[in-house]
Amino acid sequence: MHARVSAVAIVGLMALGLTACAAPDDENRDQTLTVLAASSLTDVLTEIAQDFEASHPHIDVQLSFAGSSTLAQQVLEGAPADVIATANEATMRLVADELDIEPHVFATNVLTIVVPEGNPAGIAEVSDLTDASTRLVICAPQVPCGAATARVAEAAGVDLAPVSEEANVTDVLGKVASGEADAGIVYVTDIGRAEGVEAIALAQAEAGINLYPIAALPGSGGAQDVTADAFVAAVLSDAAEATLADAGFGIP
Amino acid sequence: MTLPRRLLPLAALGALLVAVPLLALASRVEWGSFWPLVTSEAALAALGLSLRTAVVAAAMCLVLGVPLGAALHRARFRGASLARAVVLAPLVLPPVVGGLALVYAFGRRGLLGGTLEAFGMQIAFTTSAVVIAQTFVALPFMVLAVETALSARSGRHEAIAATLGASPWLVFRRVTLPALLPALGTGVVLAFARALGEFGATLTFAGSLEGVTRTAPLQIYLARESDPEAAVALGVVLVVVAVGIVAATFRRVRPVAS
Repeated sequence: MHARVSAVAIVGLMALGLTACAAPDDENRDQTLTVLAASSLTDVLTEIAQDFEASHPHIDVQLSFAGSSTLAQQVLEGAPADVIATANEATMRLVADELDIEPHVFATNVLTIVVPEGNPAGIAEVSDLTDASTRLVICAPQVPCGAATARVAEAAGVDLAPVSEEANVTDVLGKVASGEADAGIVYVTDIGRAEGVEAIALAQAEAGINLYPIAALPGSGGAQDVTADAFVAAVLSDAAEATLADAGFGIP
Repeated sequence: MTLPRRLLPLAALGALLVAVPLLALASRVEWGSFWPLVTSEAALAALGLSLRTAVVAAAMCLVLGVPLGAALHRARFRGASLARAVVLAPLVLPPVVGGLALVYAFGRRGLLGGTLEAFGMQIAFTTSAVVIAQTFVALPFMVLAVETALSARSGRHEAIAATLGASPWLVFRRVTLPALLPALGTGVVLAFARALGEFGATLTFAGSLEGVTRTAPLQIYLARESDPEAAVALGVVLVVVAVGIVAATFRRVRPVAS
């Protein structure tokens, strides 16, 4: 008897806890807007969101950053989100086709060679990366930065032989910043967020240009949709363009 | 002991918490394409590398973990408990922290990296780095197994052997070690399983290159980006291997524990 009562109590408590977490903020004056965005947008989107909150005091913007495909997976699995911004168009297309939404490209990014401070291996151009003694780290071709790297390498007519193919830019950057790797290929906008690294311009960078689309997701209520659209509009605004440009992004 | 009935609901809840996600994973497998997915070149390269490195790591855990466990068991000096805590730390460290620690130790600019490089040894980005990362996280399992087993012994047989004139090495080899065999089996298998699942330290320290450093967990992580079906399929293979290993180990543990 006791066993049953405690079991019911515990299950009940857990259910309560779960619904408490999942319950949306119904109060109009205190609305939460959940934005899922690619990791490479962390700094710049945080800034844009702060500006948005300042001009929309009743809205609390919750930002969640992860790799683009993780974000797409979260949205398609039904994560409660209002806006998604990815670091490539292919991933966004998966979401857009499934949910019938309209993405807008708001920023572009290009690749650069990154080397440890002082450039110990003396890298000057992309052909230096193919030197057998150069420990090169790039993104794996399966991820957006790796696909872009492959396009750049093709444009430059070089065969890259990396010692490691990482699943994201942060791991490439980490291995260069720690000095384990002699060189890496990352986005221009990543240079600013790492210490102990230098950028070497990539002549063929345009071949690997990446487009960042953003889209409002179909929400549960009308008010939420309006807010999501307002946030997307804010990201596409002139003020946000300036912030993006400051962070090294290109404006389409 | 009769199980108090009020514990049952919680026990069931705990079991469900573990079992439901694993079942959910299996439910997402595209069984039609399962075989081609887990036998793709990339998957086989990753599984093969994982099995090879995990075997070496488990062997290293045996060679290093038995003396270390025995030493910690005998340790009576001040700070012995701190030493034990340090040795067991990888059990509770976030794997990526373990990876950073390894980079700072064996990396090019690490504590020992310069010395190693002077001898022409580069560890990062090599299969050796994978084995080191796996050994680092798996060693505590071996040490714990040895220490626990030694603590359960009275030491009477060792004492008798010693009075009969056997040297400490002979006593260890002929009396202690045979008695430890079941525990060593458990330790080696757990260390192997832990090495097989190692992810964060490998990613941070060894990198990810097919056939060289990209173990099955890293392949799953990468496949998730472009081919979730392949990630799920390979994930299920690892779950089956892990559950199989633990099941086999548990059969061996039971008679010792009771």
